[in-house]
Amino acid sequence: MSTEFAVAFVMAIGTIAPAIAIGLLVSAGLTAIGRNPEAASKIQTNMILGIAFAEAIAIYALVVSLILKFV
Amino acid sequence: MATGLHISISAERLFTLGGLDITNSMFTSVLVSMLLISFAVITKSKLKNVSKPTGIQNFAEMIIEALHGLVHGVTSDFKKTRLFFPFISTFFLVIISNNWLGLIPGVGTIRLLVNEEAAQMEEAVKHSSVLVNSVQASETTIIEDATILTTDEVAHEDSANEHSGPVAVPIFRPGTADINTTISLALISIIVTQIFGFKYSKFGYFKKFINFSSPIMFFVGILELISEFAKIISFAFRLFGNILAGEILLVVIAFLCPIILPMPFYGLELFVGFIQALVFSLLTLVFFNMATINHEEH
Repeated sequence: MSTEFAVAFVMAIGTIAPAIAIGLLVSAGLTAIGRNPEAASKIQTNMILGIAFAEAIAIYALVVSLILKFV
Repeated sequence: MATGLHISISAERLFTLGGLDITNSMFTSVLVSMLLISFAVITKSKLKNVSKPTGIQNFAEMIIEALHGLVHGVTSDFKKTRLFFPFISTFFLVIISNNWLGLIPGVGTIRLLVNEEAAQMEEAVKHSSVLVNSVQASETTIIEDATILTTDEVAHEDSANEHSGPVAVPIFRPGTADINTTISLALISIIVTQIFGFKYSKFGYFKKFINFSSPIMFFVGILELISEFAKIISFAFRLFGNILAGEILLVVIAFLCPIILPMPFYGLELFVGFIQALVFSLLTLVFFNMATINHEEH
């Protein structure tokens, strides 16, 4: 019974921080592009890299909840 | 969940080959490798030295040019680009093909009936051989009796469990949806990073990890070592989690509402497959670059 709650809470709480992190990253990236539109492609590449790192943390939470649910 | 929904976190066994279990994701990743190799061989056989390439040569040159631009954009050094390019482009092409193959209709749904009893028979033989050794009997009749007895025991045991008899197993499963594939890709990436670092700075590369100049730098070295292992786990789980979650998402959405609603999720999965391949290759490239920084150019 408590496993079902755990599945939901792991995802609910585990994705708060990555969401905030991605929001901050993209905001900084957009500001940088706004200041210097010529470097847009370099900034975009590094931004996508940072977003992938932040999203990986949310994926760890997802894998834990999938394991709780199906194993 | 409800009956009929088949979700499995680990890859399932299709058949056994000389003691090694061949799983459906192993089979699919071998298939993808053969597709990529045949694409390369066919392109090479049709190469023409013209200024305006057409057909398959055009397609291949587009891919190579794009990847070369990507690698050169990070390294800015033609010698390093020539060295890193094969690894990065292989990682990218293998991962994107494996990811996108999971979206083809039939992958994950076409199933094969696999006899679980084959695995049980091997277990029974192992049990009986242990019994025979402990009893030290050497007559064939006693061995046969022991085999028959233990087979019955194992069959009774296992009928209490879920699977006794043939189980329907998906034949295809995207290779990267199996944690074994992603761990091995991550290991290759990090080990090759160390090899490049060694190649460029000889033993000076390892001074990054074992640094006796001051107590603080010693702990920084230990942290660097731990972070290498953390990179392996992070690479493996990022790719595995994204692709597995995509598979499960598509299965659940198709189960709930198979008409029209899966379309945006298919688009999402195409995008995610591409981005994950790009991120794996780009991160590997950045680590290669960091490991081979020339300290002489000041």
